[in-house]
Amino acid sequence: MSYFWVIVALVVVLALAWRFLGSYMEAVFAGRVRFFAWAERPVYRLIGVDPEVEQPWQRYAGALIVFSGMAILFTYLIQRLQGSLPLNPQHLGAVPPALAWNTAVSFATNTNWQNYAGETTMSYFTQMAALTVQQFVSAAVGIAVAIALVRGFARRNSPTIGNFWVDIIRCTFYVLLPIAFLAGFVFVGEGAVQTLAGTVTVHDFLNGTTQVIARGPVGFMEPIKQLGTNGGGFFNANGADPFEDPSALTNFLSIALILCIPVALTYTFGKMVGNRRQGAALLAAMAIIFGTWVGFSSYAEHQPNPAVAAANVVSQHQGNMVGKEVRFGSMQTTLYNVSSTQTSTGSVSGANDSFTPMGGFGLLTGMMLGEVTPGGVGSGLYTILLFAIIAVFIGGLMIGRTPEYLGKKIQAKEVKLASFGVLVMPITVLVLTAVAVSVPAGRAGPSNAGPHAFSEILYAFTSQANNNGSAFAGLSGDTAFYNILGGVAMLLGRFAIIVPCLALGGTLAAKGAVAESAGTFRTDTPLFIGLVIGVIIIVGGLTFFPAVSLGPIAEQLSKGLF
Amino acid sequence: MLANLRRSFLLSLVFLALLGLVYGFAGTGVSMLFFKHQAEGSLVKDGGRLIGSAEIEQAWTGPRWFQGRPDASLLTNKPGQVIVSGTQQWGPRSKELEAFVAAKAALLKREGIKPTNELVTNSGSLVDPDISPDGAYAQVDSVAKANHLSVHAVNALVASHVHGRELGFFGAPYVNVLELNMALYSLERSAGRG
Repeated sequence: MSYFWVIVALVVVLALAWRFLGSYMEAVFAGRVRFFAWAERPVYRLIGVDPEVEQPWQRYAGALIVFSGMAILFTYLIQRLQGSLPLNPQHLGAVPPALAWNTAVSFATNTNWQNYAGETTMSYFTQMAALTVQQFVSAAVGIAVAIALVRGFARRNSPTIGNFWVDIIRCTFYVLLPIAFLAGFVFVGEGAVQTLAGTVTVHDFLNGTTQVIARGPVGFMEPIKQLGTNGGGFFNANGADPFEDPSALTNFLSIALILCIPVALTYTFGKMVGNRRQGAALLAAMAIIFGTWVGFSSYAEHQPNPAVAAANVVSQHQGNMVGKEVRFGSMQTTLYNVSSTQTSTGSVSGANDSFTPMGGFGLLTGMMLGEVTPGGVGSGLYTILLFAIIAVFIGGLMIGRTPEYLGKKIQAKEVKLASFGVLVMPITVLVLTAVAVSVPAGRAGPSNAGPHAFSEILYAFTSQANNNGSAFAGLSGDTAFYNILGGVAMLLGRFAIIVPCLALGGTLAAKGAVAESAGTFRTDTPLFIGLVIGVIIIVGGLTFFPAVSLGPIAEQLSKGLF
Repeated sequence: MLANLRRSFLLSLVFLALLGLVYGFAGTGVSMLFFKHQAEGSLVKDGGRLIGSAEIEQAWTGPRWFQGRPDASLLTNKPGQVIVSGTQQWGPRSKELEAFVAAKAALLKREGIKPTNELVTNSGSLVDPDISPDGAYAQVDSVAKANHLSVHAVNALVASHVHGRELGFFGAPYVNVLELNMALYSLERSAGRG
């Protein structure tokens, strides 16, 4: 019953975010919000950008690629040099090259896949100046791409789609920074640690325990980790660690932060194209899939853990508690982990690896649908718009008319770009998983045996190619093989979708509007919502069903232990 | 291309300073100002001695003390090294997990404790400081007997340390094991047996 109220509270919070954060973001990107203009202007002057001048899509994409490359370089160098940099009370040495590469790509692509334990690998300087910075910046880049694509729909005969530099600076200053800073107070107030004082050694005379406890600047990293759908935590256990996610309240706040921008962007979209019902239609498609997955996974995690049941010593009436924290309970942990896998966040408040086979299936398939429900910040919206274009194309084929979407003719070029963007992720996942299970270096990774071992590898590449970053953490990913291949998966999953999206934005912006006629296929109706959901499920199902059968489904159907 | 490189470099520096350092230091500053106790790690002291953090589980062996989740044996750090959280990831059909659960349950039964779910399973963080109220009540008889206290008094002690769901519906009710054992210790002291 209390879980019901958690869901109600979440719906209320997200409804408010949808309406108010959504319209606020529209105003921010239209340049109507200016209270930080005094801080913006010197930055534009320093980097030599005229905020009034817009870019065509090629220049927008060029700036984005170069900037992201620079982000990878900065993040890589800080990790390599951390031994000589300040704020390193544990005297941690340089991060090894392959791991530093993987981590740099991971944070710059909004993935936050982590092949390391933060508390014994990354100095405070690295956590703050490299990783936390990328949690802001990569989120801003994702949102900027979505806004640029939506401008393509909203504009008529326009050669430009916005200015990349202005978009990311405004997004950071007006959206990410204020919300993250405010939420930081809640995290620390509830018990998250936030200090630069290094580890603390305690000795309990009651039980004779001596502990060296890792601390760090965590409480203010948490909010941007969630808000930017990044997911990379300070500690190895991520959101399960009480210093990161100290209470059920911060756990709920995390869920709300994860979902608020992806949900609100559908309102921003509706407002920008001048028809809020269009945004509501996309939100409905997202919400129906998300709700189904939450229900399915919650049910699965309320079932007993098979291995614990085999021991036959305890009642599991609270559900599967292996790898879960008492203060959250099994249901809220599941809601958190489902939210995080369907948004490209990848933070966890309990061990994904220890979910029941069907619970794990829920997490894995949530990512396989392309992370559009509601998806990562920006990436959720731009990817579902690709699905929407494919949906109007299919709808057009069925009734034999040239498809239109939001007053723009959808022609061969647009359909090709959208199909390319949608297919990059499955191809990357399946090819790399096949490579990994075919070579000894790949097969050495999983710690579990049987079908679960296959799931661990499949999960790793699904997570990285979707820029999610969550893990079936039983995989030992800190090897040259997984570090390098994972880096490739993350780059493809990010930029091989972003570039077609920006191209699409440019092509659409240049088009004029077609007048709505009796033959126009309405895209704000339940029929269209159903069509979009159908396309998402069919594309995901057709591409991934064989692979999923070998992993979680085989595990669910088998009777023994491995 | 060159202009983009220069802009990217300068903007990365600006972001490093602003989002990395200024944000981090400002966050630490306001935390120290308003929430010093939490920001420093919710450290628990007894007469000036630093005995632990309320948020980081310690290993308690029964039946002298209330026991927490069976995480300690799964941590990978050696004594004197920093604790690394969340290092055990058993799949749902793991033989090792079954053996671990069975062994832990047998141990609890020998101590006269009826095992509950969280008392025989590892947590996600491996430093989960809490157990369920059921798990605490299950230990009342054995703890009372081992410490020569009345079952009634120990029962009341547990009851006064149950944290309900936050705001009435978030999460699950729990008992913090370190808090509870500290209270048990002061109960013993006041009974003259400390």
